[in-house]
Amino acid sequence: MNANPLLRIRNGECFDASGVPLVSIDDLRETILTQVESGARIASFFGTDLGRDGGKTAATPPERVRLICVLAFDNRSELGVIAADAERAYPSLTPDCPQAHWFEREIFEQWGVEPIGHPWLKPIRFSPARSCSVAESVSVVPAPAPDCFHMQGEEVHEVAVGPVHAGVIEPGHFRFQCLGETVYHLEISLGYQHRGIERALVARPGPRTRHYIETLAGDTTVGHMLAYCRAMESLTSTHVPPRAQAIRGIAAELERLANHVGDLGALAGDVGFLPTQNYCGRLRGDLLNLTAAICGNRFGRGLIRPGGVAWDLDHERADAMLALLEAVEKDVRSAVELMFEAPSVLARFEGTGAVSAETAEQIGLVGPAARACGLERDVRFNHAYGIYRFATLPVATWHSGDCFARAYVRWQEIQRSFEFVRDQLRALPAGAPANEPGAAATGKMVVTLVEGWRGEICHAMATDAQGRIAAYKVVDPSFHNWFGLAMALRDQQISDFPLCNKSFNLSYCGHDL
Amino acid sequence: MKYPAGPAPVLPDRFAGRPVISPTCTGGACAGCGDLCPSGALQPQMIEGKASLRIDTGKCLFCRACENACPNAAVKFSGEYRLAAASREDLLVGSGSEAFAPALVERARKVFGRSLKLRQVSAGGCNACEADCNVLGTPAWDMGRFGISFVASPRHADALLITGPVTANMRLALLKTYQALAEPRIVIAVGACAISGGAYAGHDEVCGGASEVVPVDLFIPGCPPHPLTILDGLLRLIGRGDLA
Repeated sequence: MNANPLLRIRNGECFDASGVPLVSIDDLRETILTQVESGARIASFFGTDLGRDGGKTAATPPERVRLICVLAFDNRSELGVIAADAERAYPSLTPDCPQAHWFEREIFEQWGVEPIGHPWLKPIRFSPARSCSVAESVSVVPAPAPDCFHMQGEEVHEVAVGPVHAGVIEPGHFRFQCLGETVYHLEISLGYQHRGIERALVARPGPRTRHYIETLAGDTTVGHMLAYCRAMESLTSTHVPPRAQAIRGIAAELERLANHVGDLGALAGDVGFLPTQNYCGRLRGDLLNLTAAICGNRFGRGLIRPGGVAWDLDHERADAMLALLEAVEKDVRSAVELMFEAPSVLARFEGTGAVSAETAEQIGLVGPAARACGLERDVRFNHAYGIYRFATLPVATWHSGDCFARAYVRWQEIQRSFEFVRDQLRALPAGAPANEPGAAATGKMVVTLVEGWRGEICHAMATDAQGRIAAYKVVDPSFHNWFGLAMALRDQQISDFPLCNKSFNLSYCGHDL
Repeated sequence: MKYPAGPAPVLPDRFAGRPVISPTCTGGACAGCGDLCPSGALQPQMIEGKASLRIDTGKCLFCRACENACPNAAVKFSGEYRLAAASREDLLVGSGSEAFAPALVERARKVFGRSLKLRQVSAGGCNACEADCNVLGTPAWDMGRFGISFVASPRHADALLITGPVTANMRLALLKTYQALAEPRIVIAVGACAISGGAYAGHDEVCGGASEVVPVDLFIPGCPPHPLTILDGLLRLIGRGDLA
């Protein structure tokens, strides 16, 4: 086999779909294993029907599924793409490469291609396999939640939670295997929020596309829209004006601020520290209102559009936002410092739900959850895009991998983001807020990475011979990180689950799509 | 927060609230705004023999696509946050219809007027409606002052508050939760998804709204509704007399 068959690209670079090296499934396996061994990460790994009509190799038999893998080389700011056509089955990567775990389950569920030897091959969204084209309609019969892993033993007991939870949160099913109060294993069963967005992105092009992207994860509207718009801009060779880049950066960091501040409040609440919980609950709202000051919507709906931003910021508005921002920053600082100075809080955070750097690396964690284990992973830094190419944000890390670390990394990022938003509001570049995108290039592909507040968002898009979307793959950071929560719970008290869960605060809808 | 006795919180100037259709609307043939609407919320209607449009706020995603496309400035999204209604028909906004949801359900007011315990079920949305429901429990909004709160069990609840289009995968769990509420019980659908399926209407993977599964007593439009819109709806439900 070729020593290095990967197509090397940059974050957001447009390339010929036919230029992706198409290798044998064995070579694909070999390449992924070798590269991951030497430090690469799997950013995305998915099936497509590009080999049938959209792709350039019309000779591919229809019963094959084209598997595409995107590897991230964080130190070189590079991505590598490789593809192989699979028939009904292939030898699973997961036993040698745990971070392929979830991806292979998804490929099996969506395309019916079985990774032989996968240690826990179950559907991840319990929707029936679409063994045929994504564009075809499937009749969806909800399958019962598949059986879970059981621990054997006389005094072992099982705790089942969900899909309807006690609070106002999204649905998911958690199954704990316990001996006494200690959790030996937690299995997380998702899919309750599955509403068919990926399939619809290809099958129903039109005015809904924007809304599909904005609601992939409603608390990450800006993050996912940036990934989508950057892909569209790349495919249409559209230049985004500096003013738009700055406003996008402001929106993205406000989204991070609102969610991080909300999370710190919720973490305080989970250990019964009410002052910070209450302050942060209100301050999160103030930060959402800052986003609403730009576009009228607290979640940034309708703000980001292909080519730039849909709402401009004049001087007066920017100054008003600046004044509000500074007041909020002051309050956040005092609310959060109060919490980190409280020994009762620290005693509950420290050592709870620890994930080692080695585990984090193996299972491919991203975002604050990875940085809390000491891994320097931040798309804004490693694969800088947009405004972050000019205004660099340092990567915030901590080494202990526990609930404290996940809280503390958020606090560091909050401080940096406040500074960033302030700087951008003070010095908005002149010019237009958007350029008009043209038609999308045909037969192209693009992969965009964006650092959402939960971590790496990856969108991969391919166009057909008419420039329409022929394949669309979304990887929300939660897709990488749910298994991290399961690992964090090992050997923990079951009563620490709410705290550990909140310290990850993963998206159900972003996972279920 | 002085609301509802005092003024409501000031909403941002770019906020998209209740749409208003002016008599200059010619029915959408001019700009094809019907095709631009992502959720099919624009419907033709005839007023005194003249073609016009109305907007189903139960489907509307408040994205302003129609407003931006209209050459006659006939569609405007106002700053009006009061959107809740007790029936699907009352969610239709057309030229000349100005009425807000009146005091809603008499039965509800009599039974639950002094306190309303809500069991929330998230059934396939994007978590934005859930986020803005949660906000109502934070200090400034503090819906506890009206005797309204979210509770952990359907056994403790008077009402079911549903968000999301009801995915096929959540249908059973939603039904079981509904059945676990003691009667009399109320169902509230919050957000375009829960009212009509929203952006996911027509997908095989979803049921297309809460009404497809359980009877709904109160609809609160928006994508997502502003917390003030949700609170207004809840207060109307329990018949707070101090609401305009």
